[in-house]
Amino acid sequence: MPHKWGLVVDLDRCTGCEACVVACRAENNIPTAGDDQAARGRTMQWIRVERYWEGDFPNPSIRFQPVLCQQCDDAPCEPVCPTYASYHTPEGLNAQVYNRCIGTRFCANACPYTVRSFNFFNPKWEMPLNLQLNPDVSVRSVGIMEKCTFCVQRIKSAEIQAEAEKRDLKDGEFTTACAQSCASKALVFGDLNDPDSEVSRLAGSHRGSKLLGELGTKPNVTYLERGTWQDAKNG
Amino acid sequence: MQRTAEQIEQDLVWPIFHTSTKYKVAVALASCLVLAGVAVYGYQIWAGIGVWGLNSPVFWAFDITNFVFWIGISHAGTLISAILRLCNATWRRPVTRCAEAITVFSIIIGATIPLCHIGRPWLAYWMIPYPNQRGIWPNFRSPLAWDFFAISTYLTGSVIFLYLPTIPDFATARDAATGLRKKIFRAFALGWQGTPRQWQRLEIAMHIMAIAIVPVAVSVHTIVSWDFSMTLVPMWHSTIFGPYFVVGAIFSGIAALILTMALLRKFLHLEEYLQPIHFNNLGKLLLTMSLLWFYFTFAERLTTWYGNTPSEMDVFWQTIRLHFAPMFWTMVFCNFIIPMPLLAIKRLRTITGTAIASCTILVGMWLERFLIIVPALDHKFLRYTWGTYRPTWVEDTLMAASFGLMTLLYLLFTKFVPMISIWEMKVGLQPHGGGIITTAPSHGKHHGLILEGPLPTDVPE
Repeated sequence: MPHKWGLVVDLDRCTGCEACVVACRAENNIPTAGDDQAARGRTMQWIRVERYWEGDFPNPSIRFQPVLCQQCDDAPCEPVCPTYASYHTPEGLNAQVYNRCIGTRFCANACPYTVRSFNFFNPKWEMPLNLQLNPDVSVRSVGIMEKCTFCVQRIKSAEIQAEAEKRDLKDGEFTTACAQSCASKALVFGDLNDPDSEVSRLAGSHRGSKLLGELGTKPNVTYLERGTWQDAKNG
Repeated sequence: MQRTAEQIEQDLVWPIFHTSTKYKVAVALASCLVLAGVAVYGYQIWAGIGVWGLNSPVFWAFDITNFVFWIGISHAGTLISAILRLCNATWRRPVTRCAEAITVFSIIIGATIPLCHIGRPWLAYWMIPYPNQRGIWPNFRSPLAWDFFAISTYLTGSVIFLYLPTIPDFATARDAATGLRKKIFRAFALGWQGTPRQWQRLEIAMHIMAIAIVPVAVSVHTIVSWDFSMTLVPMWHSTIFGPYFVVGAIFSGIAALILTMALLRKFLHLEEYLQPIHFNNLGKLLLTMSLLWFYFTFAERLTTWYGNTPSEMDVFWQTIRLHFAPMFWTMVFCNFIIPMPLLAIKRLRTITGTAIASCTILVGMWLERFLIIVPALDHKFLRYTWGTYRPTWVEDTLMAASFGLMTLLYLLFTKFVPMISIWEMKVGLQPHGGGIITTAPSHGKHHGLILEGPLPTDVPE
């Protein structure tokens, strides 16, 4: 059976530490936009931690919501790309083929989650940051759209390794950079087609829901609702 | 005042051969704007599209606003001219050519804007379906691919539609010209002799084009609107957009036409040809379109408000009451409240009155496109991603350059083609549906209306 990659975000566990954001940046050669560009709304990130406040000072409560590409099965970004740069792989990933991208930015407008980052300029890595680039991930140039790939380079190398050893992939054998770095294990990655995988178990939780699920984009990322002490007491 | 065929010919060929200082200054100014645009475009390619004010989430703004605006303007000509020809409205005669020219130039400008706005403009040709080493076609599901086909079809059709009725006039100019000009006009006149057979073929060809171009024009702006409505973006995903955009396009197109006619009348001394009646009639059309535009805007807003979907209401209030409200209400003033009295009251529906209304409508329709694109993008679903947009000097310059390019192309065109169809004006001299006509051509022997048999025009009978 082909794999169907998915991710679960447990909002109860997320502390908003942004380790996932840093790990993703290191793994995927995401350039830093710089403070000037960031102030103009051009931060480059494939995963972000959204912060929402509830209540007023002095007792506001804060909620964190990590948002990355939802890897939708019915992705609004895909049909609008005139050059097939935004493309659905047989394993259900929303791939972004950088070499095909001519930079119409239509996909980013069509994406309801606004998770696509655009290279407004050629990226720069000052010495010695250029030495830490991941050789498994291509570096993007100006005018190209990019976004979370579910660490497709890790998926591919694990699959190749398993095939070479003539065995099936094991759950937890590899994971994405964000999930790997998450200290509180709020992010869990795996194969949704494997009924015994942790991600399948969690995605089936009654706390699970999809971000903007009402839009019918069929995301492969599941959010587990944050509970309260009241909920816990009531079982 | 009724003019004779010779006078018509002299009056209308005259601007081609006489260049005033004012004209030269205007060409120089327009060229400066165009050159500035070219320079800025070069800078943008060198530095990256980041020199624009775009950001996440506002990935489209001035670029697509101007694209929709210019493609909208292009509906002036072809559509109006085709409809007036098909309806056999005889007052159309002095109007059609300047309208058709607006169409061709504004499509050209509209089509260049996407080339500027994409991130890697040097790869724009990947939109063209051709067998290539990449082994893929363009994605035919993408509205941008539809745009490519729609606009290239429209441009081709409009060029033919402009060119066909110009052939006899090229012949007139050919006979009046000397030297290099004569050679150029001869090439464009395609050996026009004015034989009954040629007139008949011209008539058939124009009739076919007039019928064919109407659905093309309607489909073009519908497809442009689908760039927006085929997405899930709040206030973009709407079934009303197709007709709404077509109405808006014709609306802004007529405004552009009236303004151009007023300028041509003044600077080419065409007072005898572009008369108050033409402005009056086009003014009535403009009034109709203004009412239609208001109806569509009202229907769109009212249904959104009743639907009360949270994501749409965020955008709705941004435009009606919050950040974009000043622009929104300026738009309503420019498109409806100011033009209404100017166009509805007969005494005010003069050349000046319609020209003023046209100016405000052009501003209003530009704002309309901006207000469709930007507020929706910067208030998409997740509040955390909300943003703002402010253009940079690069976008401002490119926009100014697009107006400069329109002016320049139009100015150059007036030196190349009689801006009013000479032969159609001559046909107008004849009693309607007259039989054999013989007009004495002033120069040359072959271009005039020396006809036996039915009238060559009033295209469809």
